[in-house]
Amino acid sequence: MLPKKYGGRYTVTLIPGDGVGKEVTDSVVSIFKAENVPVDWDRVDISGVDRAEDVKSAVESLKRNRIGLKGIWHTSPADQAGHGSLNVALRKELDIYANVARFKSIPGVQVKIPDVDLVVIRENTEGEFSGLEHESVPGVVESLKIMTQDNIERIARFAFDYAKKNDRKQVVAVHKANIMKMGDGLFKNLVQEVGEKEYPELQVGNIIVDNASMQTVANPHQFDVLVTPSMYGTILGNIGAALIGGPGLVAGANYGRDVALFEPGSRHVGLDIKGQNVANPTAMILSSVLLLNHLGLNTSADRISKAVHAVIAEGKSVTRDIGGTASTTEFTEAVINKLATL
Amino acid sequence: KQPSIGKFTGKPDPKTGNYKVSFIEGDGIGPEISKSVKDIFAAAKVPVDFESVVVKPILVNGVTSIPEEAQKSINTNLVALKGPLATPVGKGHRSMNLTLRKTFGLFANLRPAKSVEGFKTIYDNVNLVLIRENTEGEYAGIEHAIVPGVVQSIKLITREASERVIRFAYEYARAAERPRLIVVHKSTIQRLSDGLFVDVAKELQSEFPDIKLETELIDNAVLNTVTDPTKYSDAVSVCPNLYGDILSDMNSGLSAGSLGLTPSGNIGHKVSIFEAVHGSAPDIAGKDKANPTALLLSSVMMLHHMGLHEHASQIEKAVLTTIAAGPESRTGDLKGSASTSSFTEAVIKKL
Ligand SMILES: Nc1ncnc2c1ncn2[C@@H]1O[C@H](COP(=O)(O)OP(=O)(O)OP(=O)(O)O)[C@@H](O)[C@H]1O
Ligand SMILES: Nc1ncnc2c1ncn2[C@@H]1O[C@H](COP(=O)(O)OP(=O)(O)OP(=O)(O)O)[C@@H](O)[C@H]1O
Ligand SMILES: [Mg+2]
Ligand SMILES: [Mg+2]
Repeated sequence: MLPKKYGGRYTVTLIPGDGVGKEVTDSVVSIFKAENVPVDWDRVDISGVDRAEDVKSAVESLKRNRIGLKGIWHTSPADQAGHGSLNVALRKELDIYANVARFKSIPGVQVKIPDVDLVVIRENTEGEFSGLEHESVPGVVESLKIMTQDNIERIARFAFDYAKKNDRKQVVAVHKANIMKMGDGLFKNLVQEVGEKEYPELQVGNIIVDNASMQTVANPHQFDVLVTPSMYGTILGNIGAALIGGPGLVAGANYGRDVALFEPGSRHVGLDIKGQNVANPTAMILSSVLLLNHLGLNTSADRISKAVHAVIAEGKSVTRDIGGTASTTEFTEAVINKLATL
Repeated sequence: KQPSIGKFTGKPDPKTGNYKVSFIEGDGIGPEISKSVKDIFAAAKVPVDFESVVVKPILVNGVTSIPEEAQKSINTNLVALKGPLATPVGKGHRSMNLTLRKTFGLFANLRPAKSVEGFKTIYDNVNLVLIRENTEGEYAGIEHAIVPGVVQSIKLITREASERVIRFAYEYARAAERPRLIVVHKSTIQRLSDGLFVDVAKELQSEFPDIKLETELIDNAVLNTVTDPTKYSDAVSVCPNLYGDILSDMNSGLSAGSLGLTPSGNIGHKVSIFEAVHGSAPDIAGKDKANPTALLLSSVMMLHHMGLHEHASQIEKAVLTTIAAGPESRTGDLKGSASTSSFTEAVIKKL
């Protein structure tokens, strides 16, 4: 379902999240303003750091607008005071089942392996992230990983559709079916089945997750689109992020039946550099480009993408994570200045 | 220096003055790379007599087991070297590696991943050590379909298993003079299970004031390791089973671009088994093409474990300098032109 448009303008939920989220969404807001993008923001300020808030206001806003731009909420590890992940809660509440992150080398960024272009599509709502755990007797904990036929088929179709639409050739399912013969076996077999039956024009394959990780760091070019249960997506996604130059560069999107939510693809909060004006807003800006494409605002999307890539390629105003000295706001200004010349 | 947990307690045979070591040569390329080890040990006059054992899987009361004779040998010698075993496909058979771990209580898997000097790969100066819990977690093998189309797999984390592997990790860090122990986890999501693993590490910390304990989310561990592996050269990482499985292979991708150079040790309280982590490579079996390096480096780990440090260092140096010498002394998997036997001869010359 497409978001509603009133008087030629869209209302988009804006969730800055924690860590560097405010700075990098501010960057998008100023770029959209400079570019006169017909988007009004419906801002939701919730934090996962100090308050045990629920995600209700974010859910309501996203139900209204059906589209959002989001930073990452912090989740404290279990040994610190706090609650479960707000990020997971939101995805579950809205059944935002598919996460897409594209790891594509950006010219101008120094990397060890050039020309990477890898897509990781993760199931967002079940698997190891089910959150079902119990301590059966003291000192013995069971954590349940749930895999369901419906959700696997749904993410498989999503991955194949994505591949078709984006002119990709191959979809590979990542699993550990030699150990989890039933759960991951179901994942592997259903992806294979859906691919062979419904998408004969695409290649379909599968790979065991440890081998996939070993292969991806050494030879990422052999893969095209990977489709994974939630946990393996975290691992492959962070390998991907490292390959192309860090979490500050990776665009991402999450899709449910009714809602599209755009957020940086490698989902790092950046608490350590919060408020220092050093974060790289590229991941968030490129996520907002995907958002514009989703709204059909392709001209603005292309212009903003071009401006970001030009600024990075020139290398004069880039942030320190990719070897520069510019601040978040200086980079943003450089993008805005570049837009004026396009 | 060696950790006191899993310490080798074997004694040399009073008649020969040599230690007896059980040798599971394995399938596929196993016999060829095993011969390389034996030849090199003989040339280096290592005080070890290998006792060949066969561990073709058998079913005892429906459970995959290893033959009595092999069990006896390993339980007597307390140490074994192992080549690759092909896992039999078919109903009822559990993987042989899992069977060995269960049979001998091998609770920790020790996986170093180190760049070979002179053999250029994408990532330089990689020197990672990872210790993986080897007995439970996602490998507990408890799964069932609740209703058709809905499968539940259980990850089991116990205080007991966590404690012994983490204690071993602390001791290993101390012995290896790597002052940081990093617990890799995902307790933001698996709050109880990974939470328990992290808690145990924190509880044990007071016993190891010389080791700095750090916790790292698996997301960050992967991101940071691949971005710059050298940041971990002074650290030992420890993690639950599946993360360990994945990260240890990833580390081999970083250090060597493959599993072909990676040694490993499976440590138990009584018995330890050292093995190459690559497979049986049926495609090149019997063709004198296999690279014996991983098994050789595993044998080096084994010699350190047995306290035979000088022999260990001598063989390690000979192997590494042979690889560094250039393509003509490397096997095909390293884009070289050497055969298993010519590589072995070159190592012996270096000794
Ligand atoms: N937009 C960004 N620009 C530059 N660096 C970033 C950005 N986002 C994250 N990082 C960096 O990536 C690394 C991992 O980030 P992450 O968010 O996981 O750390 P954290 O949230 O502070 O710690 P934890 O994961 O323990 O909560 C950090 O060093 C962080 O500074
Ligand atoms: N020691 C080695 N020397 C040279 N090449 C190797 C070595 N080990 C593995 N290879 C190569 O790496 C590839 C994968 O090997 P691997 O042994 O994993 O095969 P496999 O079919 O998975 O066997 P298994 O079923 O025993 O695991 C093969 O092409 C093999 O030839
Ligand atoms: Mg993080
Ligand atoms: Mg493995």
